[in-house]
Amino acid sequence: MRKKIKKLLIKKFTTGCKTLLKKKIPESNQNSIMKQEDEINNNSRRGFIKTAAVVTVAAAACGSLNCSCSSKKAPVTEKVKLLSPDGEIVEIDSAYLNHHENMAVLDQHDQRVGIPGKKFIMVVDLARCKSARKCVTACQKHHYRPEGTEWLTVKLMQDSEKSAPYWFPKQCFHCDNPPCVKVCPVDATFKRQDGLVLIDNERCIGCKFCMAACPYSTRVFNWAEPEMPFDVRNLTYNAETGVPAKVGTVEKCDFCPDRSREGLLPPCVEACPNGVFYFGDENEDTVTNGDETLSFTQLIKDRAAYRFMEELGTKPRVYYLPPKDRQFPVERGYDGLPDKLKARFKDAIEEKKKS
Amino acid sequence: MELNNYQKEIFKQQQPNIEKFTIRNWGWTIFYLLWIGVGGYALYLQVAKGHQVTGMRDNVVWGLYIANFIFFIGISYAGAVISGILHILKVEWRKPIIRIAEMITVISTIIGPVFILLCVGRLDRLHHLFLYPRLQSPIVWDVFAIGTYFTGSVIFLYLALIKDFAIYRDAKLNIPKWKHKLYKILAIGYRGTPSQKRHIRVSTNLMAIMIIPLAIIVHSVLSWIFGMTLRPGWHSTIFGPYFVLAAIYSGTGVLIMAMWVYRRMYKLHSLLTDKHFIYLGYIMMVLGAGYGYFTFSEYLTDWFSSEKWSSEVIEKLFNPAKYGWWFLFSNVAGIVLPIAIVAIPQTRKPNLIAIASFFMVIALWVKRYLIIVPTLESPLLPMQDTRIEYVKYSATWVEWALTLAGVATFFLFFTLMSKFVTVIPISEFGDKETAGVKETTTSVNDPAKEKQIVIA
Repeated sequence: MRKKIKKLLIKKFTTGCKTLLKKKIPESNQNSIMKQEDEINNNSRRGFIKTAAVVTVAAAACGSLNCSCSSKKAPVTEKVKLLSPDGEIVEIDSAYLNHHENMAVLDQHDQRVGIPGKKFIMVVDLARCKSARKCVTACQKHHYRPEGTEWLTVKLMQDSEKSAPYWFPKQCFHCDNPPCVKVCPVDATFKRQDGLVLIDNERCIGCKFCMAACPYSTRVFNWAEPEMPFDVRNLTYNAETGVPAKVGTVEKCDFCPDRSREGLLPPCVEACPNGVFYFGDENEDTVTNGDETLSFTQLIKDRAAYRFMEELGTKPRVYYLPPKDRQFPVERGYDGLPDKLKARFKDAIEEKKKS
Repeated sequence: MELNNYQKEIFKQQQPNIEKFTIRNWGWTIFYLLWIGVGGYALYLQVAKGHQVTGMRDNVVWGLYIANFIFFIGISYAGAVISGILHILKVEWRKPIIRIAEMITVISTIIGPVFILLCVGRLDRLHHLFLYPRLQSPIVWDVFAIGTYFTGSVIFLYLALIKDFAIYRDAKLNIPKWKHKLYKILAIGYRGTPSQKRHIRVSTNLMAIMIIPLAIIVHSVLSWIFGMTLRPGWHSTIFGPYFVLAAIYSGTGVLIMAMWVYRRMYKLHSLLTDKHFIYLGYIMMVLGAGYGYFTFSEYLTDWFSSEKWSSEVIEKLFNPAKYGWWFLFSNVAGIVLPIAIVAIPQTRKPNLIAIASFFMVIALWVKRYLIIVPTLESPLLPMQDTRIEYVKYSATWVEWALTLAGVATFFLFFTLMSKFVTVIPISEFGDKETAGVKETTTSVNDPAKEKQIVIA
């Protein structure tokens, strides 16, 4: 039972999934989370998001919460069960939870510092990818990127001549030793406390040095005035979303911290039909692909995860699970593809036929 | 300013060049301006429509512009290193050529950085470089290094010009009033008193010493823009010295070409003698050998160890269907030809040396292109892109127009400057030289000494 509760709570904290809360909570836990349920039912969607975010933040801050209790006013009877960083379930009075205001409006400082207490991480299961490309379209939709500008690409890889080809989704690795950040002359691209490497497109001068420095060809440049809906163009620029895009500047995958602030998963993770992407927090040691939530350390240990081109010393924050026991034959990746995209892998396909 | 007989003689010969702007000069100036005008239109398109009008795309993010940038900063070494070293070593035959060398330095140091600006996507945000500079970035190093270098070269050139400005001021020249006034201001009251002479001598010596390390820093920093990345073909430890040597080498080539052109244009055969070409030819030969050595060493190590990514770049350079012919040209014309022309006594003639320099300079431009583009076309991950312009770089007319505009600007500035000051520094010729340049030049006719100069 205890294990089950733990799993559920992790799920709740990392995804903040509404349906999860409503459907899957066992009878015995109903009371403890009742208050939040009420809130969800009573408030708007925004209200729910707020709560979810609060719980997430509280979970991370749990360790220090105990000592700060004394200064607070007398506890109310309502208790909330939370997961501590050590993996223990703790019961906390709901009065100690800080209710944060809507975080959508961030000043430049917040955008540069990051989400406190977080350390975002991603694990990509190469055995499950069949190049469905739902992640790519979801990403482009979320960031209003036109076709052709892919922050997230799916490549067909073959490590050596005789080894098997496999699909390789690649977004920004948000390296801990980022070569792109090192070379930026104006601090337009920066590393945040929560592990993310973001770009401030209102500061970027467009020298493209970061693009030359990134060994993974992650970054893209706005060669022309980017097309986007009128109302998007008028939004206030936010480095956490990269929206609205600006001509003559560099942009790339941002791990969608705007979604994390709302307690949601990045669109690529949500959109993947095969659960390829596990997104999570290294501090909490949890990663989830929306369907299952796992311990990050356990997962990379069990599945012998590796980081792409470790030898470059960039220390990526994305781990790959080797494409062992692949769920789909690689050819399935071509199935639904339009001809235009098929042409992209033409060389790779032809080479394969030859051999 | 009192002129001695020899100076008078030279000045008399030079005088018409700064007095009259001939029809031929006007013709060339208008031609250059038209060229620059086309470049201006190309720049307008690039700013208005974004960088989509260039051939650069997400994989090949830098192209012609960066090659031009390295090229122009490279040829600026003519004045900085060649004239700096010759000045420190008190080589007498340097006197007629230092003005040309220093003019090359100043002009190309103005044009070079313009090309890196053309590569910048947001010119309206350039002030960010000073508002939010990050010292970790090699580009910020470059901004400071080039800024200092440019200031240094201007001072170096100006110090050598003060005496000449005083000569122009005091001579009864047939020039418009504003020009005379300008000479007067620029001469800053120089009368040739012993104290003034001493000050200029000391400052020139100091600048000559300072300009050499400055120049070395500039090109090293420039090479580190590439060397600091994790790209095959760029991530090389010898890039700093390799770039510096290539820069001095190409600078010598341009200096020889400029000398050849001026000698013909202004009939300076008595001042820019065959000896000058041969001496600079020797310097070029030794530098060429050094450059060849670096080139060989660079590609041999990459080819021999045959690491995956490096091999991919090497394959592109060696494959005749890709960059093979260009690579061959850059090495034959850039290394073999100049060395052979100077080494063989029968071909060691001013005209041939000038032609060899011309090909060498072109070859070195090609070489810069071959450093930039093939590497960027070989990313570590497969490109898998259907858009050909993303896979293979080919420069558009906009980039070529701006490149030519840069070359035209170089010529234009040269024309205008040689109409403002004499290309031969008159004040440099003291009483001792009244016997003629020939005598002084023969005094350093020792090949061993030549080598020392270069090595130093």
